[in-house]
Amino acid sequence: MSTYAQKKGFGATLWDFLTTVDHKKIAILYLIAGGFFFLIGGIEAVFIRIQLAVPNNDFVSAGAFNEIITMHGTTMIFLAAMPLVFAFMNAVMPLQIGARDVAFPYVNALGFWLFFFGGIFLNLSWFLGGAPDAGWTSYASLAIHSKGHGVDFYVLGLQISGLGTLIGGINFLVTIINMRAPGMTYMRMPLFTWTTFVTSALILFAFPPLTVGLVLMMFDRLFGANFFEVAQGGNTVIWEHLFWIFGHPEVYILILPAFGIFSEIFAMFSRKRLFGYSSMVFATVLIGFLGFMVWAHHMFTTGLGPVANAIFAVATMAIGVPTGIKIFNWLFTMWGGSVKFTTPMHYAFAFIPTFVMGGVTGIMLASAAADYQYHDTYFVVAHFHYVIVGGVVLALLAGTHLYWPKMFGTMLNETMGKITFWTFFIGFHMTFFIQHFLGLWGMPRRVFTYLPGQGFETSNMISSIGAAFMSVGVIVLLINIIVTSVKNVRVGNDPWGDGRTLEWSIPSPPPFYNFKQLPLVRGLDAYWIEKMEGKKEMTPAEPLGDIHMPNSSFLPFTTSLGLFIAAFGAMYHVDDKGWALPVLFIGLLVTFGSMLLRSVKDDHGFHIHKEELMNEDDNKGVKA
Amino acid sequence: MANQQLNSGNPRVDLEYRRRKSAEEMRYQVISFALMIFLTLVAFAAVAAKGFTAWFTIPFIVLLAAVQVVFQLFYFMHMSHKGHEAPTLFLFSGLFVGLVMIWAFSTIIWW
Amino acid sequence: MHAEEKLTYETWPAEPEKSTLEAKNKFLGFWLFLGGETVLFASLFATYLSLKDKVPNTSQPLAKDLFELPLTFVATMLLLTSSLTSVYAIYHMKNFAFKKMMVWLGLTALLGFGFLGLEVYEFNHYVHLGHKFTSSAFGSAFYTLVGFHGAHVAFGLAWCLSLMFRNAKRGLNLYNAPKFYVFSLYWHFIDVVWVFIFTVVYLMGMVG
Repeated sequence: MSTYAQKKGFGATLWDFLTTVDHKKIAILYLIAGGFFFLIGGIEAVFIRIQLAVPNNDFVSAGAFNEIITMHGTTMIFLAAMPLVFAFMNAVMPLQIGARDVAFPYVNALGFWLFFFGGIFLNLSWFLGGAPDAGWTSYASLAIHSKGHGVDFYVLGLQISGLGTLIGGINFLVTIINMRAPGMTYMRMPLFTWTTFVTSALILFAFPPLTVGLVLMMFDRLFGANFFEVAQGGNTVIWEHLFWIFGHPEVYILILPAFGIFSEIFAMFSRKRLFGYSSMVFATVLIGFLGFMVWAHHMFTTGLGPVANAIFAVATMAIGVPTGIKIFNWLFTMWGGSVKFTTPMHYAFAFIPTFVMGGVTGIMLASAAADYQYHDTYFVVAHFHYVIVGGVVLALLAGTHLYWPKMFGTMLNETMGKITFWTFFIGFHMTFFIQHFLGLWGMPRRVFTYLPGQGFETSNMISSIGAAFMSVGVIVLLINIIVTSVKNVRVGNDPWGDGRTLEWSIPSPPPFYNFKQLPLVRGLDAYWIEKMEGKKEMTPAEPLGDIHMPNSSFLPFTTSLGLFIAAFGAMYHVDDKGWALPVLFIGLLVTFGSMLLRSVKDDHGFHIHKEELMNEDDNKGVKA
Repeated sequence: MANQQLNSGNPRVDLEYRRRKSAEEMRYQVISFALMIFLTLVAFAAVAAKGFTAWFTIPFIVLLAAVQVVFQLFYFMHMSHKGHEAPTLFLFSGLFVGLVMIWAFSTIIWW
Repeated sequence: MHAEEKLTYETWPAEPEKSTLEAKNKFLGFWLFLGGETVLFASLFATYLSLKDKVPNTSQPLAKDLFELPLTFVATMLLLTSSLTSVYAIYHMKNFAFKKMMVWLGLTALLGFGFLGLEVYEFNHYVHLGHKFTSSAFGSAFYTLVGFHGAHVAFGLAWCLSLMFRNAKRGLNLYNAPKFYVFSLYWHFIDVVWVFIFTVVYLMGMVG
């Protein structure tokens, strides 16, 4: 077990990542895979903006446009934003609560591979006869009549990756409940940990309805069921409900961790304790709770009736209250603080007005009567991009800069970071601000082109130029990552110098066991407390002893691979292909076989012995 | 270590105490099983006896089911024991979400 | 306490399902999973309730034409009893009586197989009456809800048997005790779902 510090070849590194159960390496996997899908989704966005830059454009056909918008939305939500959020949760949350790993390291790896194979499956649709084209919401009235296998890719791919997300959520919940370091009470947990906790609870309750919705859709499309077949007694509104009972909490699943990242940034770079910590926690929990009560505001024009619309409109507006609490707390955190404008702080600062704009249009859309006017126009597109890009993506970019040194041991270049910020931020507002007006002027969403002379030309051109700026920002970030990795200047425990929470009290990147001795937590911002008393590191809560660690395993990979194979079988089964059913069974056999193997083969993990940990100390100088 | 809460210092006495305690608990389990069977019989009987209106029978048998599930959860699944705070919170949160969903589906799917 | 430690009747802890960190995690994680399963089944119940008796033409059977009390009653008794036998299994697990635990688990599995057999017979019977998965929205919703439960029973049986075979020779330790305990939670949960199925699907179906 003392081989972990040796330099490895490419093959060994690859095998290491394929079998790893270490939350820090899984975080890197999520970051790479999520980043990859983010680029694909970004390219799709650029295609949309090229197509819409001028009227009557034929850059892509109407059918291809449908596929591109569907895949842009689906990819960005499920395959980019979610895994990137998971990357930071994995990288940071266990360190913030002073844990050596997550509760179920094996399940953690399984969650990643399920997401990964689901995402690959979904994107293979481009090469296998066409992508899904019924919109990212895939409303049943469209989806069950969509030709080809596009929607099947959507249904099966999301089912697989959704399972991964669900078990990931359970894993984080148990980790936070059971594995906090001595002294880390609930009300001393950093806000990012709190948001991870609430987010995971939302995942636990929001993903099962999606699972059921996807199962029903799969049964309808592939196995002849009639859930959404009106002539057979079915009802397509069922899909809308199931999708949005999942879909609305889903946007909070994305935004709450973003709030968490920004809360950390505001406190760190204002060098001040987060203002109103307990009200922040309360607001987070309240948003999570209300998130399950508002789904039908996506369906105001479905015809649910005035009573239902009124109830859901009022519930929706209520969410503005806890969100407002948060906005003011962030402002008051900066008030009187000694603010340092690092790259992450730029993002945090810009987030506040941007997100407030998204929130205000949210309240406008929540008024059911007015929504009949906004519905299915670019106003809606502008609104959700203001909250998702202006909230979630800004947080992910901020988090990338903030946590890069903790994940990789080297700092991203600050100048390039600020260039990324300014180009992306300007580009973002240029792209989406004008879309509010396009929507109010009557430009419908999800339509592949528009005619000249309707007053849409200039605005669409401006919007497309903005998209180019955003792309430049992302490219600068990629260059930044390459340059930084090549230079590879190593940094110490607390490279920002303002770390407040436990993750900054240990080396960057942390050793694979995280904490040699579990730290004693004496209050909120545990590391800051110690620093203020002139100490360099945390007071240990236990004597140096053996550390129990989990074994690596290849089974998460094979378990997920089996479902990936089975999905092909299920899908081509409808074409009466002879090989389809055998493939389905082989795939399921691989999955259940891997599960059985995991269950009968004892895995007790291993121990790092006290002596090895002490040797580590002596060798430190040599290795660095 | 794990029997801290029952420690009297004398392992023999502890063991005896634990055995008696779980035997007593087992008796309660059997009683709750008998009650569950009884509730099931009442529910089936209520349906078999054609005399009642649906307005009575349906709420009545749903109530019986709810009571029976409480027995399952709190006795068979030991939710009445301590150390089940988080399970209770999450199970009932799930139940709440589920009931909101069923309520919505039974009011605004068809109109 | 280590998971691999050889324990005796005297040293066996009072709560073997929660005496290591791994066990505590497993215990809590599984409960949370059941919280998620609650929502999953609620979604299926909601779908069933909104599609109940929605058939394309009057020649197809409705709930009140299909369901019969005796069959449902026997199935219910089998599953309820299997819940009690798994309680007995856990009782003996806590007393470190491995053999007795295995016997009760075996009984549980046997009752589970009986239940599953009845369900297969029942589905076959309905198909012959013209109530098929593909014939109506009602059919799709019925077979999906009840079939999901049946699949849970089948998975539970496979789980129970693999646990029994794997541990047949080595007896109880703190590594496998939580596994048996978690299985019993799963089995009770299946029973909880069934209580609602027999009430909402069968009894309410017969009331009309």
